[in-house]
Amino acid sequence: MMLIKRKEFLQIGSLASASLMMPTFLKALEKKSWVPPGNKVLVVLQLSGGNDGLNTVIPIRNDIYYKSRPNLGIQRDKALQLTDEAGINPALPFFKNLFDEGNLGIMNSVGYPNPDRSHFRSMDIWQSASNSNEYISTGWLGRYLDAQCSRCEKPTQALEIDDVLSLALKGEQIKGLALLDPKRLYSSSNEKYFKQINAVHENEEPVVDYLYKTLSETLNSADYIYEQSKLRPSSQRYPASGLGKNLQTISSLILSDINTKVYYVSLASFDTHVNQENQQKRLFTELNDAIQAFVTDMKNNHRFEDVTIITFSEFGRRVAQNASGGTDHGTANNMFFIGGGLKQKGLINPMTDLSELNEGDLIHKVDFKSVYATLLHNWLTADDEKILGKKYELLNFV
Amino acid sequence: MALTNQRKNQHLLWRAAFGPMAENANELSDISKQDLYKLLIKTSSEKPVTLNVSNNAYDGLIKGLQDIGKIQQLTLEEKKQFRKQSAENIRDLNILWLDEMINSEAQLREKMSLFWHGHFACRILNIFFQQQLINTIRQNAFSNFGDLLREVSKSPAMLTFLNNEQNKKQHPNENFAREVMELFTMGRRNYSESDVKEGARAFTGWGFNLRGEFMERPFLHDNGTKTFLGKTGNFDGDDILDIILEQKATAKFITQKIYKFFVNEELDTEKVQFLSDRFYQSNYNIQELMNDIFASEWFYEEKNIATKIKSPVELLVGVRRLIPMQLDRPEVQMLFEKVLGQVLFFPPNVAGWVGGKSWIDSSSLMFRMRLPQLLTNSEQLLVTPKEDDDVMMGRQGADSGNNSRNLSVTVDWDSVYRVFAKTKREDLWEKVNEIVFQTKTSINPNILKRFIDNNSRESFIRSTIIELMSTPEYQLC
Repeated sequence: MMLIKRKEFLQIGSLASASLMMPTFLKALEKKSWVPPGNKVLVVLQLSGGNDGLNTVIPIRNDIYYKSRPNLGIQRDKALQLTDEAGINPALPFFKNLFDEGNLGIMNSVGYPNPDRSHFRSMDIWQSASNSNEYISTGWLGRYLDAQCSRCEKPTQALEIDDVLSLALKGEQIKGLALLDPKRLYSSSNEKYFKQINAVHENEEPVVDYLYKTLSETLNSADYIYEQSKLRPSSQRYPASGLGKNLQTISSLILSDINTKVYYVSLASFDTHVNQENQQKRLFTELNDAIQAFVTDMKNNHRFEDVTIITFSEFGRRVAQNASGGTDHGTANNMFFIGGGLKQKGLINPMTDLSELNEGDLIHKVDFKSVYATLLHNWLTADDEKILGKKYELLNFV
Repeated sequence: MALTNQRKNQHLLWRAAFGPMAENANELSDISKQDLYKLLIKTSSEKPVTLNVSNNAYDGLIKGLQDIGKIQQLTLEEKKQFRKQSAENIRDLNILWLDEMINSEAQLREKMSLFWHGHFACRILNIFFQQQLINTIRQNAFSNFGDLLREVSKSPAMLTFLNNEQNKKQHPNENFAREVMELFTMGRRNYSESDVKEGARAFTGWGFNLRGEFMERPFLHDNGTKTFLGKTGNFDGDDILDIILEQKATAKFITQKIYKFFVNEELDTEKVQFLSDRFYQSNYNIQELMNDIFASEWFYEEKNIATKIKSPVELLVGVRRLIPMQLDRPEVQMLFEKVLGQVLFFPPNVAGWVGGKSWIDSSSLMFRMRLPQLLTNSEQLLVTPKEDDDVMMGRQGADSGNNSRNLSVTVDWDSVYRVFAKTKREDLWEKVNEIVFQTKTSINPNILKRFIDNNSRESFIRSTIIELMSTPEYQLC
């Protein structure tokens, strides 16, 4: 029998009369639907718009890079040096700290065959984990829910911090839940009318039942998430930016006893056709400061070993700068892995080869589905082959 | 709810149209379903008015489709301007088409056009091409599938979207041929990879001129012998479409999709086979297929009623038909479409919207259940949809400002009250329920009572409609 922590008990006791709550609460314990510390979580951070990877992790010894980007290239002495050949964007100083202390992994040249240059389509491909010539209407994390969660009581295993749920979290049977703010979700779903019609609904036609099931899960989850988010308030200060707030929400849930395994969050506006330098600097500052607060928070609460954050973008950008101080849509890109439990750190694979391009574009060396397979198999202990529909090569970073 | 004549007629109106309209919701108990269907056919038989929003666009840049060739000569800055203008005009086209769905008498045509819009899904940011394609679809929506297929396949929109401009004799691009077979006609497992390759060779050279007119470019066309679906010859694109139409698999694939959209997500294999055989024998006459469905008795059986989850557009249009209203800034409707996952002219990919249960997740269901309240109370929208970077091209979003989220709506409640003018007070609940819901069961009246404003007859009608629309049941038709 697990110990019920006094604080948590009081919290729940104050929300509803103990006699009402106890049975479900004990049942929940029995079913292990809450997860003790040690629970591994994955945070997926989507950089929407196509982040310029070459100005993120900079090949500081590469002449082709500087020739292709006479104005936009980041000079060696401006970049924060990681290794002899690689520097990181000066707006990401905390990422350099992470690199130096062994909590950052960089995977270069990630992409897929026959890349698509439309934002939407390429994002579709990344989120559904499809090939560029097939159309899959479910997302990779949604299919993870299908595989893992057929008997889950609450659909809180995967949460997106947003108003709208991404394809990535939509499964055939089970879908993740989108919320921007636990409190807002709680108050909006706390509408008496919805609760009452839901309470008296009886089984009838399958489609009506499906809708009521979704309604009921939403209402229950809203309460559950809100309770959990208040369970162990952290003293960590977060920046007031959108990403700062969202990572704070994620932290409040990771530090609770919620059963969430996957968090999904986005930072938008990386489509830097024009005036890239300022735009990317602004976004990276937001990214840097939010990640710094989050990592510090996790470390202080001894949970950093249980967390892996990954970043991705729907595509990278072309090697050459354009005429408007920006870059146009490209292909392969780098990904960051951040966490206290990484098995491979630093530059995991070679820097992108700029001498071998396809009509001015990078050629991918690592299929992003291999990265997914690794996360599913090694980190979330799920059946990657079933979820991705194919066995992809497993990597070793987690 | 009993299977009354009213409910059967509403079933027809929800499937073959966008739901009952306030002004004639009350007449539905008297008219026979056969006569109602005839009326739908009649009103949809005239040639539709062309949707045109690009008249006032591109002053100084491009005046119209005739000038489309000038795009090539534009400077980079002007091209950017063109794309921005295109995005705005496609938004106008979206709103204009929504208006047609709400107000047009040609309900069957617009409903079928929405079906084909999802079937021939095309995501491309060029207002002229999009406008031309949707008008092609609306003109052919229920004539002949072969003609429709041919026109769509030859449209600059589809040729561009599916990369047939890059399909050349020396460098074939298979995308167009593959999607025509996989998504537009036969469906998977009815052709081989070799058929895709050979088909692609036949489509080489299909393109369009500077005026946006289809043309075959002989110097790009592969004149060699091709073997396609068991036939061998020096085929061109039209021959390939002919051979595809000779396949019974094509009739079956289209019939299944139509059955799922108009009748039931659960296929009745016998019915589908019967319909598909007749569709094939009629040489793909769409109107005859729809007659076979809507003039049948089985279409009106209980098992087919209220089994379909309304798409976001069907939901929005349905609310607006029963509750007439004026939106000060109609473009706000695009925000609803974005949040709920169906933006007209922006299908997720060439496979179109999946439909059914995929419309529903926690947040979309909560938003759907709030929509009637939001609209009729002119509330502020507190949701932010995701940006579409293909449209924004690095610009800041128009949805991000609070100004664009204030709903300013004038509801014409008097028209709604008139629907119930002859209904006795004690029958009001029953009547409102019958008109708003298609489901067999309704909300428990004892619960509902707690939320209804009983101060006057008007407030009773108003609040009952809103509360009933704010339910899981109302998502179904």
